[in-house]
Amino acid sequence: MNAPTTLMEEDRSASVRPHLRERLVVIGNGMAGCRAVEEILARDPNRFDVTIFGAEPRVNYNRIMLSPVLSGEKAFEDIIINGDDWYAENAITLVAGDPVVSIDRATKTVVAKSGRVEPYDRLLIATGSDPFIIPVPGKDLAGVVTFRDLDDVDKMLSAAEKGGSAVVIGGGLLGLEAAHGLSLRGMKVAVVHLMPTLMERQLDEAAGYLLKTELERRGQTIVTGGDTAEIVGRDGHVSAVRLKDGREFAADIVVMAVGIRPGTTLARAAGLEVERGIVVDDHMVTSDPAVMAVGECVQHRGNCYGLVAPLWDMCRALADQACEQPSGYEGSVTSTKLKVSGIDLFSAGDFSGGDGAEDIVMRDASRGLYKRVVVRDNKLVGAVLYGDTADGSWYFDLLRKGEDISDIREALIFGQAFASGGALLDPNAAVAALSDDAEICGCNGVTKGKVVATINGGACSLDAVRSTCKASASCGSCTGLVESLLASTLGGAVQSGPKTMCKCTSFSHDDVRRLILEKDLRAIPQVLQELHWTTPDGCSSCRPALNYYLLCAWPGEYVDDQKSRFVNERMHANIQKDGTYSVVPRMWGGLTNPRELRAIADVVEKYNAPMVKVTGGQRLDIFGIKKEDLPAVWADLNAAGMVSGHAYGKSLRTVKTCVGSEWCRFGTQDSTGLGVKLERMTWGSWMPHKFKIAVSGCPRNCAEATIKDFGVVCVDSGYELHVGGNGGIKVRATDFLCKVITEDEAMELCAAFIQLYREQAHYLERTAPWIERVGLDHIKAGLFDQPDTVKRLAARFRYSQTFCQDDPWAQRVAGEDADLHQHMAQVRPLQLEAAQ
Amino acid sequence: MIGDWLDIGPVDQITPGTARTLPVLGGDEIAVFRTQANEFYALINKCPHKQGPLSQGIVHGNVVACPLHNWNISLKTGEALGEDKGCVPTIPLRVDAGRIYLLRSAVVGKRAA
Repeated sequence: MNAPTTLMEEDRSASVRPHLRERLVVIGNGMAGCRAVEEILARDPNRFDVTIFGAEPRVNYNRIMLSPVLSGEKAFEDIIINGDDWYAENAITLVAGDPVVSIDRATKTVVAKSGRVEPYDRLLIATGSDPFIIPVPGKDLAGVVTFRDLDDVDKMLSAAEKGGSAVVIGGGLLGLEAAHGLSLRGMKVAVVHLMPTLMERQLDEAAGYLLKTELERRGQTIVTGGDTAEIVGRDGHVSAVRLKDGREFAADIVVMAVGIRPGTTLARAAGLEVERGIVVDDHMVTSDPAVMAVGECVQHRGNCYGLVAPLWDMCRALADQACEQPSGYEGSVTSTKLKVSGIDLFSAGDFSGGDGAEDIVMRDASRGLYKRVVVRDNKLVGAVLYGDTADGSWYFDLLRKGEDISDIREALIFGQAFASGGALLDPNAAVAALSDDAEICGCNGVTKGKVVATINGGACSLDAVRSTCKASASCGSCTGLVESLLASTLGGAVQSGPKTMCKCTSFSHDDVRRLILEKDLRAIPQVLQELHWTTPDGCSSCRPALNYYLLCAWPGEYVDDQKSRFVNERMHANIQKDGTYSVVPRMWGGLTNPRELRAIADVVEKYNAPMVKVTGGQRLDIFGIKKEDLPAVWADLNAAGMVSGHAYGKSLRTVKTCVGSEWCRFGTQDSTGLGVKLERMTWGSWMPHKFKIAVSGCPRNCAEATIKDFGVVCVDSGYELHVGGNGGIKVRATDFLCKVITEDEAMELCAAFIQLYREQAHYLERTAPWIERVGLDHIKAGLFDQPDTVKRLAARFRYSQTFCQDDPWAQRVAGEDADLHQHMAQVRPLQLEAAQ
Repeated sequence: MIGDWLDIGPVDQITPGTARTLPVLGGDEIAVFRTQANEFYALINKCPHKQGPLSQGIVHGNVVACPLHNWNISLKTGEALGEDKGCVPTIPLRVDAGRIYLLRSAVVGKRAA
């Protein structure tokens, strides 16, 4: 740090100089302090003698432009707001590099670090904010920097000159800009962000996902959900950053950009009212009428701002008050733009949705576009734009003015040019107004003329158009346009296509499954983006379905999304009407032994389970277990060799058996033995819906195999295989599939049939309605048309099973997802606790 | 002011898109939600329909689907959405410096009907 310097100082001693004008002392030579002075001068240049104290040894510059300085897109000179001449012209005393260390409100003076005492009539605190340093080991090592001022930028630049690696902790606006700058300067950059989504305060999950993908494409390593454990040093200098999960990233420099805190130290010490920030009223006056405050250090109506835009309004209100024309500041709606070249990103207002809030989402996968506006009470309340931010300012304007947008509601998402187009307000009319050679479907190069001709040629539904001329059959982004053309061409004669998956999408289950494979989609946010979901994070209907489809499509690679699973599959137990759970350990083929029965009996007593019941699937169900006790219950059952029975899952439930040839005088084959083998092969697999198997040892069918999803009926000459039975709401007897000679063939066909069901059925569709929908011939064709399909399907099933046969209970017992079972805290009011 | 608010711990105790529970001695259990968009809400952990534990439901937007019968409950107001009618009490919540605070009077005073 340079020695304190006074750039411009008149020779005036406060004690002797009679002051005609009020003395205004400003603490802080940043954007807020200087802007406030500018506003005051503009109103009344003769009212105050102004002295500005700055901690940095330089003139006032535009702090938000430090990012382009770091990346080399701008030089420091380019970002100076007020040079030496401004201070001189306005007779402002600038005390730079000599920070104020205390305020004495009784004597109305401030004391600087050098010992200089400055009296004031009015004091303006504009101390801005301080970077927040996370308290991890190694935070004080050399090479750990923040990103707040030009000195920080200089440190980063000198590190970048040497090359090597940088780790940025914090994936917010500032962190990403720092990462971008360092990356452009040639460093290998990793960003470690605690939250699952980048810039989660400004972006929703979808936009955060796009941003992450783009930054990764540019060569940055982006770690979301990364919790820093330690900054590792070598010889007093940083060498790496280690995360709590054990991952380590080499670092020659660490940029700490996790957030900022209002700079309130001085104000607090001076006894001013301070909460998170310095508390000010609508005129930016603190609890002391002679002291005003402005900028990131203040708290106004409960809000602290970390962005530049609110400054302008605050400074206006402050200057009005100081010049005795009080107007008042009413808080700001803020917007954000990321200053990373080539990435267009804008967010403003409230995009959390909620009651009465309506989301309008537009996605264009081929252009990497995501737009979302949130409307409440016919007013725009929030907007997130990624890929095309041209309309950001227009949306922001609508938002701030709170204008009624009901007239342009339909066209709002298409932007200003479209919404302001008068006659084009109706999307159908807008599409109808397009010329015949206008391209509708970019993926398949289909013009409007061709789509209309296709419709006139008899294609009366979206699906028919898709299959005839291929418009909207690929990425689907033009689905809305094609629907508009159907409406305008046919009037009321549009036929609706197959049922869509849910209200979040116009695609059917089959479309989604096909596109996941065709477009190589591997995560839920990616599906939502690429397939143009109309909601930001799906709903309770599509999320579990997508989770299953991805799990089925990418065995071993897809990471299961717990929060997209229904409670029972998340808790690995069955929720009951009172919120407790029931626990069903697996009993292979319905067989058990004294050890297992003792363990179950012990669990029932130990946890006071109010009921134990023999289930229809030949096992025991323990009722009334609290979620907190589940891991302990499972540990006891595991100890006796039992694993999860998946009685809660869209998965293989039980394999019911009769005793078969081993004991039964009618038995033709070893039905229990085959049942156990089938269960060992199929347990743990996730399915579109629950799946039950049974093996009966003779045609008397004691195991009721003909109302199961897959049933085996043993006969003297082999095994009859049946599929698609159901004993539920609508009883359906199985269809006979085929007869095989050996156990191995029965096992192979079971695996193949399950895989066909897993790959083709809709989520939450049991085998019975699936077969009713597609027909038994379709199933048979799927299995037998090619000589090796059974073998290939079975191989795919067995491969996927290699990732599924870990007991989920044992994983929880080992501590996985402990949060799901523990309360976050307990509230024990004192008077009640004393009474107990 | 702080005395009116009950500190129930850091925000990172709750994974976005999920909820955790807070039992209250002599009162109703509270569910504290964190949405994908990082909004925080606290509600009595009882669906207005059949008292299902809302904390165990799937969170989408700022709505939770009750695990028992799939009623959709607004996290903001506690109102059942769509055709269903009913409302669960909400508890005023604020987040400050990475910690979650609940309004003390509401925590010990509320009981679902």
